[in-house]
Amino acid sequence: MVELSPVKIAVEDLNIRYDDVWALKDVNFSVKDKEILGVIGPANSGKTSFLRALNRLNDLDLGCRMKGSILLNGKDINREMDAEEVRKKVTMVFALPIPLPMSIFDNVAYGPRRHGVKDKKKLEEIVEKSLKASFLWDEVKDRLSSSGMKLSGGQQQRLCIARTLAVEPEVILYDEPCSGLDPISTAKVEEAMRELKSRYTQILVTNNVKQAARVGDRVAFFLMGELVEIDEAQKLFTTPRDKRTNDYLTGRFG
Amino acid sequence: MKLKSQTKQKIAFALLGLAAVIVIVPVALILMILIKRGLPAISWQFLTEMPRMGMRAGGIFPAIMGTLCLVACAISVALPLGVLTAIYLVEYARKNWWTRMIEIAIVNLAGVPSVVYGLFGLGLFVIFFHFGSSILAGALTLAIMELPVIITSSKEALMSVPRSFREASLALGVSKWETIRCVVLPNALPGILTGSILGVSRTAGETAPILFTVAAFYLPRLPQSIFDQCMALPYHLYVLSTQVPNVKPALQYGTALVLVGMVFSLNLVAIIVRAHIRSKKQW
Repeated sequence: MVELSPVKIAVEDLNIRYDDVWALKDVNFSVKDKEILGVIGPANSGKTSFLRALNRLNDLDLGCRMKGSILLNGKDINREMDAEEVRKKVTMVFALPIPLPMSIFDNVAYGPRRHGVKDKKKLEEIVEKSLKASFLWDEVKDRLSSSGMKLSGGQQQRLCIARTLAVEPEVILYDEPCSGLDPISTAKVEEAMRELKSRYTQILVTNNVKQAARVGDRVAFFLMGELVEIDEAQKLFTTPRDKRTNDYLTGRFG
Repeated sequence: MKLKSQTKQKIAFALLGLAAVIVIVPVALILMILIKRGLPAISWQFLTEMPRMGMRAGGIFPAIMGTLCLVACAISVALPLGVLTAIYLVEYARKNWWTRMIEIAIVNLAGVPSVVYGLFGLGLFVIFFHFGSSILAGALTLAIMELPVIITSSKEALMSVPRSFREASLALGVSKWETIRCVVLPNALPGILTGSILGVSRTAGETAPILFTVAAFYLPRLPQSIFDQCMALPYHLYVLSTQVPNVKPALQYGTALVLVGMVFSLNLVAIIVRAHIRSKKQW
Protein backbone atom coordinates (compact mmCIF):
# COMPACT_ATOMS: atom_id res chain seq x y z
CA MET A 1 0.00 0.00 0.00
CA VAL A 2 1.36 3.39 -0.93
CA GLU A 3 1.50 5.89 1.93
CA LEU A 4 0.08 9.10 0.55
CA SER A 5 0.41 11.28 3.63
CA PRO A 6 3.01 11.06 6.38
CA VAL A 7 2.43 8.80 9.34
CA LYS A 8 1.10 10.62 12.41
CA ILE A 9 0.84 7.75 14.83
CA ALA A 10 2.57 4.39 14.49
CA VAL A 11 1.46 1.53 16.71
CA GLU A 12 3.96 -1.31 17.05
CA ASP A 13 3.22 -4.66 18.71
CA LEU A 14 0.80 -3.10 21.15
CA ASN A 15 -0.40 -5.41 23.91
CA ILE A 16 -2.60 -4.24 26.75
CA ARG A 17 -3.64 -6.24 29.77
CA TYR A 18 -5.96 -5.30 32.64
CA ASP A 19 -4.94 -7.43 35.61
CA ASP A 20 -5.36 -10.85 34.00
CA VAL A 21 -7.51 -9.96 31.02
CA TRP A 22 -5.85 -9.22 27.70
CA ALA A 23 -7.57 -6.25 26.07
CA LEU A 24 -5.32 -5.91 23.02
CA LYS A 25 -3.06 -8.45 21.34
CA ASP A 26 -0.18 -7.62 18.96
CA VAL A 27 -1.74 -4.64 17.26
CA ASN A 28 0.28 -3.08 14.45
CA PHE A 29 -0.78 -0.25 12.20
CA SER A 30 -0.39 3.44 11.56
CA VAL A 31 -2.61 6.50 11.44
CA LYS A 32 -1.96 9.00 8.67
CA ASP A 33 -1.75 12.72 9.14
CA LYS A 34 -5.12 14.51 8.99
CA GLU A 35 -7.21 11.48 8.30
CA ILE A 36 -10.31 10.35 10.12
CA LEU A 37 -9.83 6.79 11.23
CA GLY A 38 -13.02 5.02 12.24
CA VAL A 39 -12.64 2.20 14.73
CA ILE A 40 -15.47 -0.31 14.91
CA GLY A 41 -16.05 -3.57 16.71
CA PRO A 42 -18.40 -5.16 19.21
CA ALA A 43 -18.23 -4.50 22.94
CA ASN A 44 -15.07 -5.80 24.65
CA SER A 45 -13.14 -5.73 21.40
CA GLY A 46 -10.43 -3.46 22.82
CA LYS A 47 -11.44 -0.28 20.97
CA THR A 48 -11.59 1.90 24.04
CA SER A 49 -8.44 0.40 25.59
CA PHE A 50 -6.67 1.20 22.35
CA LEU A 51 -7.93 4.78 22.38
CA ARG A 52 -6.98 5.31 26.01
CA ALA A 53 -3.49 4.00 25.27
CA LEU A 54 -3.00 6.70 22.65
CA ASN A 55 -3.18 9.55 25.17
CA ARG A 56 -1.91 7.55 28.14
CA LEU A 57 -5.18 7.70 30.05
CA ASN A 58 -4.53 4.02 30.75
CA ASP A 59 -1.79 5.21 33.11
CA LEU A 60 -4.54 6.07 35.58
CA ASP A 61 -5.64 2.46 35.75
CA LEU A 62 -3.25 0.78 38.16
CA GLY A 63 -4.04 -2.71 36.93
CA CYS A 64 -3.21 -1.84 33.34
CA ARG A 65 -0.03 -3.23 31.79
CA MET A 66 1.22 -2.35 28.33
CA LYS A 67 3.80 -3.78 25.96
CA GLY A 68 4.92 -2.51 22.58
CA SER A 69 5.23 1.10 21.55
CA ILE A 70 3.20 3.98 20.20
CA LEU A 71 5.02 6.65 18.22
CA LEU A 72 3.62 10.14 17.78
CA ASN A 73 5.51 11.99 15.05
CA GLY A 74 8.19 9.33 15.47
CA LYS A 75 8.56 9.85 19.22
CA ASP A 76 7.67 7.12 21.69
CA ILE A 77 4.85 8.54 23.84
CA ASN A 78 5.58 6.25 26.76
CA ARG A 79 9.34 6.55 26.88
CA GLU A 80 10.30 9.85 25.27
CA MET A 81 7.43 12.13 26.33
CA ASP A 82 5.70 12.81 29.65
CA ALA A 83 1.99 12.12 30.05
CA GLU A 84 0.91 15.77 30.12
CA GLU A 85 2.76 16.53 26.91
CA VAL A 86 1.12 13.54 25.20
CA ARG A 87 -2.37 14.43 26.40
CA LYS A 88 -2.00 18.03 25.31
CA LYS A 89 -1.20 16.89 21.79
CA VAL A 90 -3.59 13.93 21.73
CA THR A 91 -6.82 15.02 23.40
CA MET A 92 -9.95 13.05 23.98
CA VAL A 93 -13.69 13.57 23.68
CA PHE A 94 -15.56 11.10 25.87
CA ALA A 95 -18.66 8.99 25.32
CA LEU A 96 -20.81 11.04 27.63
CA PRO A 97 -20.43 14.78 27.33
CA ILE A 98 -18.57 15.94 30.43
CA PRO A 99 -18.77 19.70 30.76
CA LEU A 100 -16.95 20.78 33.89
CA PRO A 101 -19.22 22.47 36.46
CA MET A 102 -18.37 25.99 35.32
CA SER A 103 -19.52 28.48 32.71
CA ILE A 104 -19.37 27.86 28.97
CA PHE A 105 -16.52 30.36 28.65
CA ASP A 106 -14.56 28.85 31.53
CA ASN A 107 -15.03 25.37 30.14
CA VAL A 108 -13.40 26.28 26.85
CA ALA A 109 -10.78 28.49 28.50
CA TYR A 110 -9.96 25.79 31.06
CA GLY A 111 -7.20 24.08 29.07
CA PRO A 112 -5.41 27.21 27.84
CA ARG A 113 -5.61 28.77 31.31
CA ARG A 114 -4.00 25.73 32.93
CA HIS A 115 -1.34 25.80 30.23
CA GLY A 116 -0.47 29.34 31.20
CA VAL A 117 -2.50 31.67 28.96
CA LYS A 118 -3.45 34.59 31.22
CA ASP A 119 -4.23 37.43 28.82
CA LYS A 120 -7.99 38.04 28.76
CA LYS A 121 -8.08 39.18 25.12
CA LYS A 122 -6.19 36.11 24.02
CA LEU A 123 -8.50 33.82 25.98
CA GLU A 124 -11.57 35.46 24.44
CA GLU A 125 -10.08 34.89 21.00
CA ILE A 126 -9.35 31.24 21.73
CA VAL A 127 -12.85 30.66 23.11
CA GLU A 128 -14.55 32.25 20.12
CA LYS A 129 -12.36 30.41 17.62
CA SER A 130 -12.87 27.06 19.31
CA LEU A 131 -16.64 27.44 19.68
CA LYS A 132 -16.92 28.46 16.03
CA ALA A 133 -14.90 25.44 14.95
CA SER A 134 -17.23 23.10 16.84
CA PHE A 135 -20.34 24.84 15.42
CA LEU A 136 -21.56 25.95 18.81
CA TRP A 137 -20.76 29.67 18.70
CA ASP A 138 -24.04 30.87 17.20
CA GLU A 139 -26.06 28.97 19.77
CA VAL A 140 -24.20 30.17 22.85
CA LYS A 141 -22.52 33.47 22.00
CA ASP A 142 -25.07 35.46 24.05
CA ARG A 143 -24.78 33.33 27.16
CA LEU A 144 -21.11 32.45 27.55
CA SER A 145 -21.31 33.06 31.28
CA SER A 146 -24.12 30.58 31.90
CA SER A 147 -23.34 27.07 33.06
CA GLY A 148 -22.05 24.53 30.57
CA MET A 149 -24.23 21.96 32.26
CA LYS A 150 -27.44 23.72 31.24
CA LEU A 151 -26.83 23.01 27.54
CA SER A 152 -28.54 20.13 25.76
CA GLY A 153 -26.66 16.85 25.30
CA GLY A 154 -25.58 17.61 21.74
CA GLN A 155 -24.50 21.12 22.65
CA GLN A 156 -22.56 19.78 25.61
CA GLN A 157 -20.69 17.37 23.36
CA ARG A 158 -19.79 20.17 20.97
CA LEU A 159 -18.72 22.23 23.99
CA CYS A 160 -16.38 19.37 24.90
CA ILE A 161 -15.01 19.37 21.36
CA ALA A 162 -14.44 23.13 21.63
CA ARG A 163 -12.69 22.65 24.97
CA THR A 164 -10.47 20.08 23.31
CA LEU A 165 -9.70 22.34 20.34
CA ALA A 166 -8.76 25.17 22.67
CA VAL A 167 -5.56 23.40 23.73
CA GLU A 168 -4.53 23.19 20.05
CA PRO A 169 -3.99 19.46 19.84
CA GLU A 170 -2.64 17.54 16.86
CA VAL A 171 -4.81 14.48 17.29
CA ILE A 172 -8.38 14.24 18.58
CA LEU A 173 -9.71 10.96 19.92
CA TYR A 174 -13.46 10.37 20.10
CA ASP A 175 -14.76 7.58 22.31
CA GLU A 176 -18.26 6.87 20.98
CA PRO A 177 -19.01 10.58 21.10
CA CYS A 178 -22.56 10.26 19.84
CA SER A 179 -23.74 7.29 21.87
CA GLY A 180 -25.97 9.49 24.01
CA LEU A 181 -27.13 11.88 21.32
CA ASP A 182 -30.16 12.16 19.09
CA PRO A 183 -29.77 11.95 15.28
CA ILE A 184 -29.79 15.71 14.72
CA SER A 185 -27.12 16.37 17.34
CA THR A 186 -25.17 13.44 15.94
CA ALA A 187 -25.28 14.99 12.49
CA LYS A 188 -23.95 18.26 13.89
CA VAL A 189 -21.08 16.54 15.68
CA GLU A 190 -20.22 14.63 12.50
CA GLU A 191 -20.30 17.83 10.50
CA ALA A 192 -17.89 19.37 12.99
CA MET A 193 -15.55 16.40 12.56
CA ARG A 194 -15.53 16.70 8.78
CA GLU A 195 -14.84 20.43 9.08
CA LEU A 196 -11.93 19.78 11.45
CA LYS A 197 -10.34 17.33 9.03
CA SER A 198 -8.24 20.01 7.38
CA ARG A 199 -6.30 20.65 10.58
CA TYR A 200 -6.43 17.59 12.80
CA THR A 201 -5.86 13.87 12.76
CA GLN A 202 -8.97 12.28 14.21
CA ILE A 203 -9.70 8.81 15.51
CA LEU A 204 -13.33 7.90 16.05
CA VAL A 205 -14.30 4.86 18.08
CA THR A 206 -17.93 4.08 17.48
CA ASN A 207 -20.51 1.37 17.96
CA ASN A 208 -22.33 2.77 15.00
CA VAL A 209 -20.98 1.13 11.85
CA LYS A 210 -22.84 3.58 9.64
CA GLN A 211 -21.25 6.51 11.40
CA ALA A 212 -17.79 5.07 10.70
CA ALA A 213 -18.81 4.76 7.05
CA ARG A 214 -20.12 8.33 6.93
CA VAL A 215 -17.11 10.13 8.40
CA GLY A 216 -14.18 7.72 8.25
CA ASP A 217 -11.50 7.86 5.54
CA ARG A 218 -10.20 4.54 6.71
CA VAL A 219 -11.81 2.11 9.10
CA ALA A 220 -10.27 -0.41 11.49
CA PHE A 221 -12.19 -3.42 12.72
CA PHE A 222 -11.30 -4.82 16.16
CA LEU A 223 -12.50 -8.13 17.49
CA MET A 224 -11.61 -9.60 20.88
CA GLY A 225 -8.46 -7.54 21.22
CA GLU A 226 -7.23 -8.20 17.71
CA LEU A 227 -7.03 -5.81 14.82
CA VAL A 228 -8.80 -7.88 12.19
CA GLU A 229 -8.69 -5.50 9.29
CA ILE A 230 -7.89 -1.89 8.43
CA ASP A 231 -8.65 -0.41 5.04
CA GLU A 232 -10.17 2.47 3.11
CA ALA A 233 -13.75 2.87 4.32
CA GLN A 234 -15.06 2.27 0.83
CA LYS A 235 -13.18 -1.02 0.46
CA LEU A 236 -13.82 -2.31 3.95
CA PHE A 237 -17.54 -1.82 3.69
CA THR A 238 -17.97 -3.18 0.19
CA THR A 239 -15.34 -5.89 -0.11
CA PRO A 240 -13.95 -6.86 3.29
CA ARG A 241 -10.99 -9.23 3.10
CA ASP A 242 -11.66 -11.05 6.31
CA LYS A 243 -14.69 -13.25 6.82
CA ARG A 244 -15.15 -11.98 10.40
CA THR A 245 -15.41 -8.39 9.17
CA ASN A 246 -18.03 -9.45 6.70
CA ASP A 247 -19.96 -11.31 9.38
CA TYR A 248 -19.91 -8.28 11.67
CA LEU A 249 -20.93 -5.84 8.96
CA THR A 250 -23.77 -8.00 7.78
CA GLY A 251 -25.03 -8.28 11.32
CA ARG A 252 -24.29 -11.95 11.92
CA PHE A 253 -22.97 -11.03 15.40
CA GLY A 254 -22.20 -7.99 17.51
CA MET B 1 -56.37 -13.54 59.71
CA LYS B 2 -54.45 -12.28 56.77
CA LEU B 3 -53.63 -8.61 56.65
CA LYS B 4 -54.04 -6.73 53.43
CA SER B 5 -50.77 -5.43 52.07
CA GLN B 6 -52.12 -1.90 52.44
CA THR B 7 -52.68 -2.42 56.15
CA LYS B 8 -49.19 -3.88 56.50
CA GLN B 9 -47.78 -0.85 54.82
CA LYS B 10 -49.65 1.46 57.17
CA ILE B 11 -48.31 -0.42 60.21
CA ALA B 12 -44.76 -0.23 58.84
CA PHE B 13 -45.05 3.51 58.25
CA ALA B 14 -46.45 4.01 61.74
CA LEU B 15 -43.55 2.12 63.30
CA LEU B 16 -40.96 4.04 61.29
CA GLY B 17 -42.62 7.32 62.19
CA LEU B 18 -42.70 6.36 65.86
CA ALA B 19 -38.97 5.58 65.83
CA ALA B 20 -38.26 9.00 64.39
CA VAL B 21 -40.38 10.72 67.03
CA ILE B 22 -38.68 8.80 69.86
CA VAL B 23 -35.33 10.05 68.59
CA ILE B 24 -36.47 13.65 68.70
CA VAL B 25 -37.89 13.48 72.23
CA PRO B 26 -34.61 13.53 74.23
CA VAL B 27 -33.23 16.42 72.18
CA ALA B 28 -36.42 18.39 72.66
CA LEU B 29 -36.51 17.64 76.39
CA ILE B 30 -32.90 18.70 76.91
CA LEU B 31 -33.50 21.92 75.07
CA MET B 32 -36.72 22.63 76.96
CA ILE B 33 -35.17 22.09 80.37
CA LEU B 34 -32.09 24.12 79.48
CA ILE B 35 -34.13 27.02 78.16
CA LYS B 36 -36.63 26.97 81.00
CA ARG B 37 -34.04 26.95 83.76
CA GLY B 38 -31.13 28.66 82.05
CA LEU B 39 -32.72 31.51 80.16
CA PRO B 40 -33.45 33.63 83.29
CA ALA B 41 -29.70 33.68 84.06
CA ILE B 42 -28.71 34.93 80.66
CA SER B 43 -28.19 38.63 80.33
CA TRP B 44 -25.70 40.95 78.68
CA GLN B 45 -23.72 41.08 81.92
CA PHE B 46 -23.66 37.28 82.16
CA LEU B 47 -22.12 37.02 78.71
CA THR B 48 -19.62 39.86 78.98
CA GLU B 49 -18.48 40.03 82.60
CA MET B 50 -15.78 38.26 84.55
CA PRO B 51 -16.89 35.77 87.19
CA ARG B 52 -16.96 37.13 90.75
CA MET B 53 -17.25 35.79 94.30
CA GLY B 54 -15.63 32.45 93.56
CA MET B 55 -17.75 32.03 90.41
CA ARG B 56 -20.99 32.31 92.35
CA ALA B 57 -21.82 35.59 90.64
CA GLY B 58 -20.82 37.64 87.63
CA GLY B 59 -20.46 36.36 84.10
CA ILE B 60 -18.75 33.69 82.04
CA PHE B 61 -16.96 35.92 79.55
CA PRO B 62 -13.47 34.37 79.93
CA ALA B 63 -14.90 30.87 79.49
CA ILE B 64 -16.68 31.88 76.27
CA MET B 65 -13.56 33.54 74.92
CA GLY B 66 -11.43 30.59 76.00
CA THR B 67 -13.60 28.11 74.15
CA LEU B 68 -13.73 30.28 71.02
CA CYS B 69 -9.96 30.63 71.16
CA LEU B 70 -9.41 26.88 71.55
CA VAL B 71 -11.81 26.09 68.71
CA ALA B 72 -10.16 28.59 66.38
CA CYS B 73 -6.63 27.40 67.14
CA ALA B 74 -7.60 23.72 66.87
CA ILE B 75 -9.32 24.13 63.51
CA SER B 76 -6.45 26.14 62.04
CA VAL B 77 -4.18 23.18 62.75
CA ALA B 78 -6.57 20.32 62.04
CA LEU B 79 -8.25 21.58 58.85
CA PRO B 80 -5.14 21.95 56.64
CA LEU B 81 -3.56 18.78 58.02
CA GLY B 82 -6.77 16.78 57.62
CA VAL B 83 -7.57 18.01 54.12
CA LEU B 84 -4.02 17.39 52.89
CA THR B 85 -4.11 13.88 54.33
CA ALA B 86 -7.46 13.22 52.67
CA ILE B 87 -6.14 14.46 49.31
CA TYR B 88 -3.13 12.19 49.63
CA LEU B 89 -5.24 9.17 50.53
CA VAL B 90 -7.86 9.70 47.83
CA GLU B 91 -5.79 11.01 44.93
CA TYR B 92 -2.25 9.80 45.34
CA ALA B 93 -1.96 6.81 47.66
CA ARG B 94 -1.81 3.43 45.99
CA LYS B 95 -4.12 0.83 47.40
CA ASN B 96 -1.63 -1.26 49.36
CA TRP B 97 -1.13 -2.40 52.94
CA TRP B 98 0.50 0.91 53.91
CA THR B 99 -2.56 2.92 52.83
CA ARG B 100 -4.82 0.44 54.51
CA MET B 101 -2.81 0.82 57.74
CA ILE B 102 -3.26 4.59 57.61
CA GLU B 103 -6.98 4.22 57.03
CA ILE B 104 -7.39 1.75 59.87
CA ALA B 105 -5.39 4.07 62.12
CA ILE B 106 -7.73 6.95 61.28
CA VAL B 107 -10.83 4.89 62.02
CA ASN B 108 -9.34 3.79 65.34
CA LEU B 109 -8.36 7.36 66.17
CA ALA B 110 -12.05 8.25 65.98
CA GLY B 111 -12.89 5.55 68.50
CA VAL B 112 -10.38 6.55 71.17
CA PRO B 113 -12.13 7.86 74.32
CA SER B 114 -11.70 11.57 74.80
CA VAL B 115 -10.08 11.23 78.20
CA VAL B 116 -7.29 9.25 76.56
CA TYR B 117 -6.70 12.19 74.21
CA GLY B 118 -6.48 14.33 77.32
CA LEU B 119 -3.81 12.12 78.87
CA PHE B 120 -1.95 11.93 75.57
CA GLY B 121 -1.98 15.72 75.29
CA LEU B 122 -0.73 16.00 78.86
CA GLY B 123 2.12 13.59 78.18
CA LEU B 124 3.18 14.91 74.79
CA PHE B 125 2.42 18.62 74.63
CA VAL B 126 2.33 19.72 78.28
CA ILE B 127 5.24 17.68 79.63
CA PHE B 128 7.40 16.42 76.76
CA PHE B 129 7.28 19.58 74.61
CA HIS B 130 7.26 21.82 77.70
CA PHE B 131 4.25 23.81 76.46
CA GLY B 132 2.87 23.67 79.98
CA SER B 133 -0.83 23.89 80.58
CA SER B 134 -1.59 26.25 77.71
CA ILE B 135 -3.95 27.10 74.87
CA LEU B 136 -1.37 25.67 72.49
CA ALA B 137 -1.33 22.29 74.22
CA GLY B 138 -5.12 22.20 74.53
CA ALA B 139 -5.75 23.26 70.95
CA LEU B 140 -3.30 20.68 69.60
CA THR B 141 -5.01 17.98 71.65
CA LEU B 142 -8.40 19.03 70.31
CA ALA B 143 -6.95 19.16 66.78
CA ILE B 144 -5.77 15.55 67.00
CA MET B 145 -9.25 14.63 68.15
CA GLU B 146 -10.87 16.47 65.25
CA LEU B 147 -8.57 14.93 62.65
CA PRO B 148 -10.40 11.63 62.04
CA VAL B 149 -13.72 13.41 61.48
CA ILE B 150 -12.16 15.97 59.13
CA ILE B 151 -10.19 13.34 57.20
CA THR B 152 -13.18 11.04 56.82
CA SER B 153 -15.58 13.75 55.67
CA SER B 154 -12.96 15.27 53.35
CA LYS B 155 -12.27 11.87 51.83
CA GLU B 156 -15.96 11.34 51.12
CA ALA B 157 -16.28 14.81 49.66
CA LEU B 158 -13.29 14.20 47.38
CA MET B 159 -14.53 10.79 46.31
CA SER B 160 -17.95 12.21 45.49
CA VAL B 161 -16.41 14.34 42.73
CA PRO B 162 -17.00 12.22 39.61
CA ARG B 163 -13.97 10.45 38.13
CA SER B 164 -15.09 11.73 34.75
CA PHE B 165 -14.31 15.34 35.80
CA ARG B 166 -10.77 14.30 36.61
CA GLU B 167 -10.38 12.46 33.31
CA ALA B 168 -11.84 15.34 31.32
CA SER B 169 -9.23 17.63 32.82
CA LEU B 170 -6.33 15.18 32.54
CA ALA B 171 -7.25 14.44 28.91
CA LEU B 172 -6.48 18.09 28.11
CA GLY B 173 -2.90 17.64 29.26
CA VAL B 174 -3.52 19.34 32.60
CA SER B 175 -1.30 17.97 35.36
CA LYS B 176 -2.70 15.93 38.19
CA TRP B 177 -2.06 18.58 40.84
CA GLU B 178 -3.65 21.32 38.71
CA THR B 179 -6.63 19.03 38.17
CA ILE B 180 -6.99 18.54 41.90
CA ARG B 181 -6.58 22.26 42.58
CA CYS B 182 -8.91 23.57 39.89
CA VAL B 183 -11.54 20.86 39.45
CA VAL B 184 -11.60 18.45 42.37
CA LEU B 185 -11.07 20.76 45.35
CA PRO B 186 -13.58 23.49 44.41
CA ASN B 187 -16.25 20.83 43.96
CA ALA B 188 -15.35 19.00 47.16
CA LEU B 189 -15.01 22.13 49.29
CA PRO B 190 -18.63 22.35 50.53
CA GLY B 191 -18.51 18.76 51.75
CA ILE B 192 -15.14 19.32 53.37
CA LEU B 193 -16.36 22.47 55.12
CA THR B 194 -19.60 21.03 56.47
CA GLY B 195 -17.88 17.88 57.68
CA SER B 196 -15.18 19.89 59.36
CA ILE B 197 -17.57 22.29 61.07
CA LEU B 198 -19.50 19.34 62.47
CA GLY B 199 -16.24 17.84 63.72
CA VAL B 200 -15.28 21.09 65.38
CA SER B 201 -18.65 21.58 67.02
CA ARG B 202 -18.33 18.15 68.57
CA THR B 203 -14.96 18.89 70.13
CA ALA B 204 -16.05 22.35 71.25
CA GLY B 205 -18.12 20.70 73.96
CA GLU B 206 -15.52 18.18 75.12
CA THR B 207 -14.21 18.43 78.68
CA ALA B 208 -11.76 15.58 79.00
CA PRO B 209 -9.16 16.62 76.37
CA ILE B 210 -8.82 20.13 77.84
CA LEU B 211 -8.98 19.03 81.46
CA PHE B 212 -5.25 18.31 81.79
CA THR B 213 -3.93 20.44 78.96
CA VAL B 214 -5.33 23.94 79.22
CA ALA B 215 -8.41 24.51 81.35
CA ALA B 216 -8.04 26.85 84.30
CA PHE B 217 -10.22 26.30 87.35
CA TYR B 218 -10.70 30.01 87.96
CA LEU B 219 -8.98 32.69 85.95
CA PRO B 220 -10.95 35.94 85.86
CA ARG B 221 -9.00 37.51 83.00
CA LEU B 222 -8.55 36.88 79.31
CA PRO B 223 -5.60 34.77 78.12
CA GLN B 224 -2.61 36.85 77.05
CA SER B 225 -0.95 34.45 74.57
CA ILE B 226 -1.22 30.91 73.30
CA PHE B 227 1.11 29.86 76.10
CA ASP B 228 -1.42 31.08 78.64
CA GLN B 229 -4.04 28.99 80.39
CA CYS B 230 -7.67 29.85 79.88
CA MET B 231 -11.11 28.98 81.12
CA ALA B 232 -13.39 26.97 78.85
CA LEU B 233 -17.15 26.50 78.89
CA PRO B 234 -17.36 22.70 79.29
CA TYR B 235 -14.85 22.65 82.15
CA HIS B 236 -16.41 25.72 83.75
CA LEU B 237 -19.75 23.96 83.69
CA TYR B 238 -18.21 20.90 85.33
CA VAL B 239 -16.63 23.08 88.00
CA LEU B 240 -19.87 24.96 88.67
CA SER B 241 -21.84 21.75 88.94
CA THR B 242 -19.55 19.73 91.19
CA GLN B 243 -16.68 21.72 92.68
CA VAL B 244 -18.21 24.96 93.97
CA PRO B 245 -20.75 24.78 96.78
CA ASN B 246 -23.84 26.98 96.85
CA VAL B 247 -24.00 27.99 93.20
CA LYS B 248 -27.38 29.13 91.98
CA PRO B 249 -28.70 26.43 89.60
CA ALA B 250 -29.66 29.15 87.13
CA LEU B 251 -25.96 29.92 86.70
CA GLN B 252 -25.20 26.30 85.81
CA TYR B 253 -28.11 26.02 83.40
CA GLY B 254 -27.26 29.38 81.89
CA THR B 255 -23.69 28.21 81.21
CA ALA B 256 -24.98 24.95 79.71
CA LEU B 257 -27.40 26.88 77.52
CA VAL B 258 -24.59 29.09 76.20
CA LEU B 259 -22.44 26.04 75.44
CA VAL B 260 -25.25 24.21 73.68
CA GLY B 261 -26.16 27.42 71.86
CA MET B 262 -22.59 27.76 70.57
CA VAL B 263 -22.46 24.15 69.37
CA PHE B 264 -25.87 24.43 67.71
CA SER B 265 -25.02 27.63 65.95
CA LEU B 266 -21.87 26.02 64.57
CA ASN B 267 -24.02 23.16 63.27
CA LEU B 268 -26.47 25.66 61.89
CA VAL B 269 -23.66 27.34 59.95
CA ALA B 270 -22.76 23.94 58.50
CA ILE B 271 -26.38 23.29 57.49
CA ILE B 272 -26.72 26.71 55.89
CA VAL B 273 -23.46 26.33 53.98
CA ARG B 274 -24.57 22.94 52.72
CA ALA B 275 -28.03 24.10 51.70
CA HIS B 276 -26.58 27.13 49.95
CA ILE B 277 -24.09 25.04 47.98
CA ARG B 278 -26.67 22.38 47.14
CA SER B 279 -28.94 24.96 45.59
CA LYS B 280 -26.04 26.06 43.38
CA LYS B 281 -24.69 22.62 42.63
CA GLN B 282 -24.82 21.72 38.99
CA TRP B 283 -24.26 18.00 38.99
